[in-house]
Amino acid sequence: MAKTIEEINQKIKSGEVVVLNAEEIIDYTAKKGVKKAAKEVDVVTTATFSPMCSSGAFLNFGHSDPPIRMTKVWLNDVPAYTGIAAVDAYIGATELSETEGMKYGGAHVIQDLISGKPVKLRATSYGTDCYPRKEIETYITLDTINQAYLFNPRNAYQNYAAATNSSNRTIYTYMGKLLPRFGNANFATAGQLSPLLNDPYYRTIGIGNRIFLAGGEGYISWCGTQHNPGVERTAGGTPEHPAGTIAVIGNLKGMSAGYLRACTFRGYGVSVFMGIGVPIPVIDEEMIEFLRVKNEDIYTEIIDYSVQRRNKPSYGKVNYSQLRSGKIKINGKSVQTAPISSYSKALEISNILKNKIKDGKFYLTSPVSPIPLDEKFKSLDILSREEL
Amino acid sequence: MVKKKLVLSFPEKIVTKPITYKLVKEYNLEFNILRAEITPNMEGRMLIELKGDKNQIDEAVKYLSNTGVSVQEAAKDIIIDKNLCVDCGACTSICITQALTLDKKTHKLNFNKDKCILCELCLDCCPVSAIKVHI
Repeated sequence: MAKTIEEINQKIKSGEVVVLNAEEIIDYTAKKGVKKAAKEVDVVTTATFSPMCSSGAFLNFGHSDPPIRMTKVWLNDVPAYTGIAAVDAYIGATELSETEGMKYGGAHVIQDLISGKPVKLRATSYGTDCYPRKEIETYITLDTINQAYLFNPRNAYQNYAAATNSSNRTIYTYMGKLLPRFGNANFATAGQLSPLLNDPYYRTIGIGNRIFLAGGEGYISWCGTQHNPGVERTAGGTPEHPAGTIAVIGNLKGMSAGYLRACTFRGYGVSVFMGIGVPIPVIDEEMIEFLRVKNEDIYTEIIDYSVQRRNKPSYGKVNYSQLRSGKIKINGKSVQTAPISSYSKALEISNILKNKIKDGKFYLTSPVSPIPLDEKFKSLDILSREEL
Repeated sequence: MVKKKLVLSFPEKIVTKPITYKLVKEYNLEFNILRAEITPNMEGRMLIELKGDKNQIDEAVKYLSNTGVSVQEAAKDIIIDKNLCVDCGACTSICITQALTLDKKTHKLNFNKDKCILCELCLDCCPVSAIKVHI
C-alpha cells in the first residue's frame, strides 16, 4: 500500500498524522513489523547536528548614500567574498578574522547576526561613475540588513569515516584532537538519526524539499559538493564510506544560535555546527526497510589522519554501535572513541520537527527533482596542459 | 576518614629521595598518585590524593613541608560551561580516566569530578571552548 505526499499532508491538516523520530521507528518496526509500521506511521523525522565546514551566508547590505560598489568587504574583520554585484557578499563559515585568527571567523559572524548582535561592516572600492563612494564603515544587524540567507554548498554527509592517529605526536584535525599511537578515534554523523542514512537511495529526499534548518525553515537546493553516491554499500543499501551530500538554503531570519553554533578546532580553524532536520514520508513498506536502520547496521572505516596524503590507510570497518560504546579495537588495541556530532542535539531537532508536523505547522514537499545516484567524486591531479 | 587532593612539588635536591612511602608507613594514609612528572629543570610534581585520619593527614603535610616538599591544595578545577556545551562529546575520547563521558540514556555530557586527575588534555579539544580550568 503506497501513500502519497498529498495524502500525508491531508493527515497533517486534519491532525491525524502519525509521526515518529528515526530512533523510535526502530523499536516500533521491531514490535509491529514492516507492514503495520508502513500502514500506521506517516512521517519519520531525521536530524543531525555536526560541524559542517561547507557553509556560509549570502548577504545584501542595501545601498548607502552615495552608493558604493564594494570590492573588499570585512564583517567584524572577517573578509567576505564580494566579487559579485555592488552590495552582495558571501561570508564563508571557515574564513578567519584578520585580527583574531582562529578564535573568530565567518561562522561567528553568522552566529552573531542570528543572535541579533551588531556586526561591523567595512568595505572599500575603487569608485565608479555610478558608485562613487570608496569606503564605508558602519554597523549592521539581522534586522537592518536588506537580505541574509544561508547557502551551504555541502551539508549532512551520508556517513563519514572515523579518524585515528598512528603517529608519535598529537595531531589537530577537523575531526578533533587525535592523541598519538592510536590514543583515540573520533567519528561524525548522527548515525541512525542522520537524514541521508535513512533514505540511502534518495527516494524521498530531493531538490526542493522543505527542511528544518538551524531553527528556521530551509530547503534542499541541490546535491552537495563532493556528492558521491556510488560507494560500497551494505546489503541494506547503507553506504560504508562518505557518500551523498546536500546543499541547503534558508533565510537567516528565523534561525537560532541554539541550532547554528560557530566552533574552532584547534590547529585546524573555524567551522560551524549545523542543525538540520529532514522529514521522511513513509510512502511504502520499502521506505520502512530503510528507516528501520540502526547504529549496528551502519558501518564506516577507521582512517589514519596522521598520513598526510589523499589516500590514507584504513584500519578496517566498525559500526556506529561500537563507535558509540566509547571503545573500539584497532590492531587488537582498545581505543577510546568520541563523536564530534551531538546526538542529543540531533534528537532534540528530530523531536522539534516531529511536533511541528503533529501541530500542523510543517507540511511535507515532494522533490522538484531527484538527487543524482550516478555522480562520481573526481580527484584533483597536478597536470600540465599537454597531459590533460 | 577524609580525602584530600594535594599538589606536591619536589625541588631538585630531594627529587631522588624516597619520601612518599612514609605517608603509608608513618601516617597510615592511603594514597593514590593521580599524576606525576619530572620537569626538565629536575623539579618533581605530583598530584596525589590522600585518604585517612584528618590529624594524620595534617601531620603528614607537616612532615612533607619539613623535608622540603612544597605542598599546595589542588585548588584547580575543570569547569564545563553548560551554556556553551553542545554535548557533542569530542572531549570524551581524550579523557583517559573517563571523567568525561556521554550519558548512555540522555546522550548528554557527564563530568565526574572525582575521576578527574587535572591532566588538562581536554582543555584545547572543545570546539565551542566550553571547558575551562578554574584556578
